[in-house]
Amino acid sequence: MGIYVIKPGVLTTIQDMGRFGYQKFGVVAGGAMDTLAYRVANILVGNEEAEASLEITVVGPTLYFEHAALIAICGAAFKPMIDGEELPLWRPVWIEAGQTLHMGSAKQGMRAYIAVAGGFKLPKPMNSYSTYLRAQIGGLEGRMLKADDVLQIRPPNERSTKIIDKLKRENKKGDSFASVSWKVSDELLPRYALQPVLRVLPGSQFEFFRPESLQSLFQEPFVVEPQSDRMGYRLKGAALQLKEARELLSEPVVMGTVQVPSDGNPIVLMADRQTTGGYPKIAQVISVDLPLLAQAQIGNPIRFELIDIKEAQRLKMIMDLSLLQLQLTIKMYSL
Amino acid sequence: MVAKITNYEMASLGDSAIMVSLGTQVDEGTHQRVMMLSHYLEQHSFYGMIEYIPAYTSVTIVYEPLQVYMGMLQRAEADPEAGSELDLSPYEIVSKWLESVLQQVQHTAAAEPALVEIPVCYGGEFGPDLEFVAAQNGMSTTEVIQIHCSRDYLVYMLGFAPGFPYLGGMDKRISAPRKQTPRLVIPSGTVGIAGEQTGIYPISTPGGWQLIGRTPISLFLPDKNPPTLLKAGNRIRFYPISPIEYDQWSRI
Repeated sequence: MGIYVIKPGVLTTIQDMGRFGYQKFGVVAGGAMDTLAYRVANILVGNEEAEASLEITVVGPTLYFEHAALIAICGAAFKPMIDGEELPLWRPVWIEAGQTLHMGSAKQGMRAYIAVAGGFKLPKPMNSYSTYLRAQIGGLEGRMLKADDVLQIRPPNERSTKIIDKLKRENKKGDSFASVSWKVSDELLPRYALQPVLRVLPGSQFEFFRPESLQSLFQEPFVVEPQSDRMGYRLKGAALQLKEARELLSEPVVMGTVQVPSDGNPIVLMADRQTTGGYPKIAQVISVDLPLLAQAQIGNPIRFELIDIKEAQRLKMIMDLSLLQLQLTIKMYSL
Repeated sequence: MVAKITNYEMASLGDSAIMVSLGTQVDEGTHQRVMMLSHYLEQHSFYGMIEYIPAYTSVTIVYEPLQVYMGMLQRAEADPEAGSELDLSPYEIVSKWLESVLQQVQHTAAAEPALVEIPVCYGGEFGPDLEFVAAQNGMSTTEVIQIHCSRDYLVYMLGFAPGFPYLGGMDKRISAPRKQTPRLVIPSGTVGIAGEQTGIYPISTPGGWQLIGRTPISLFLPDKNPPTLLKAGNRIRFYPISPIEYDQWSRI
């Protein structure tokens, strides 16, 4: 008993916040690409915010619920349907047993997260549920979902159970699903955009680049290239050049590091980045703006704007506090 | 013995990590300072610290800014005298902590690094480029193997792939350029040479190294803790085995 996979979608994997503590062994951190949508989805169903969830990409799965479940879908503009009726995004939804959820394809954006109250019953190698496809570890047997998989669900915690009880009481008509009348405040929702502006900090080798390249970085758009994936977003625009050629040592990189190989086209490293890199780092996308890039599609123009570390950290702390507040609000809702 | 590290630089790596540079050259002195700080961070951490990552000349520490800030607020509340950090950003709080750590890290250089011996079946299907490396350097394949096995290599850091060791100390006489076109699949355990570096692929990946042999030993052990055979600071030594011995090893 669990969630039966009728159609897997193009790239559906189990993800969490990432595999931390093992980068010193060269183990890729991985985790959700759009961490904000991922965290909100878990909070909405009463889970811990780092519970295992499904990351779906562009074309989502079709899932059959063998038993009832509380879920939340957050992220890109998918149009999930049950029984010919559209499910709301960014809200907890109670799905009755025997229903089939069709995720369809994203109208805008790249990725969405399906969180299920209780989380998926899976092993946690190296303290994370994240699927790392290249090394075939984590998630469901280290791979993406395929047809006929069955995802087992753990029993929901007390907080989730209270939300479930409330939704069950409200669903007297016996509809195939039931949701709440409220939604997450717009202030908390990510400002997904077709032409996102990403705020950055100077990278470790910022000063090594030619002044005209730095000028281009902040004045010209960079377009998302087709080879972009969970490892990195490849961009094309003005060629970014060093003042002089240099050999660099491999050193750690993090999500959002903008590195520039010798062809001058920047790559923004994302969830499945290697732990270390040897290309010069021109900039670093700030944490709160990474979800915007995670939803950028091929051909979208990206712009960069320089800010300082104090501001970047203040923005990140404010976002984390808002999520804490959302968590408390959900607790009170189930009072 | 308590040692003081005076020559260092700190810089932010994004809004949730800090990199402490402890030298500019890849050498054993810098490596020792990297290991000293790493050992300290293995045993001590600050509130909000997530992990540390040693590299050739630096240690990077990943942290959670909000937790760092909350930790500081709690300390300030418990001890108003220490409330002087109220105006500091999480980055500044972490740098201050690290500055005090660098004044008093334990000198662990005396400990003899662990030596890990790695059996390698050279040439044949496991090392299709062994003859190229030999021809490139005007020697026989036997000489390449003998030179490759004659030294200990220091594991400066792990990176690139799970358990992949960045090794120092290869004899320049067996160096070889990378392949013009990288291979799409290099099987796990393959031992290769690129320029003046040698290394072992822990998982199957694409790559441009010249392949000289393969080890039957697993370098990446996802079910074990730690999940890798090697750690930064280890020394390794290769020794040759026959295809029959390789088979026997693989069956263990």
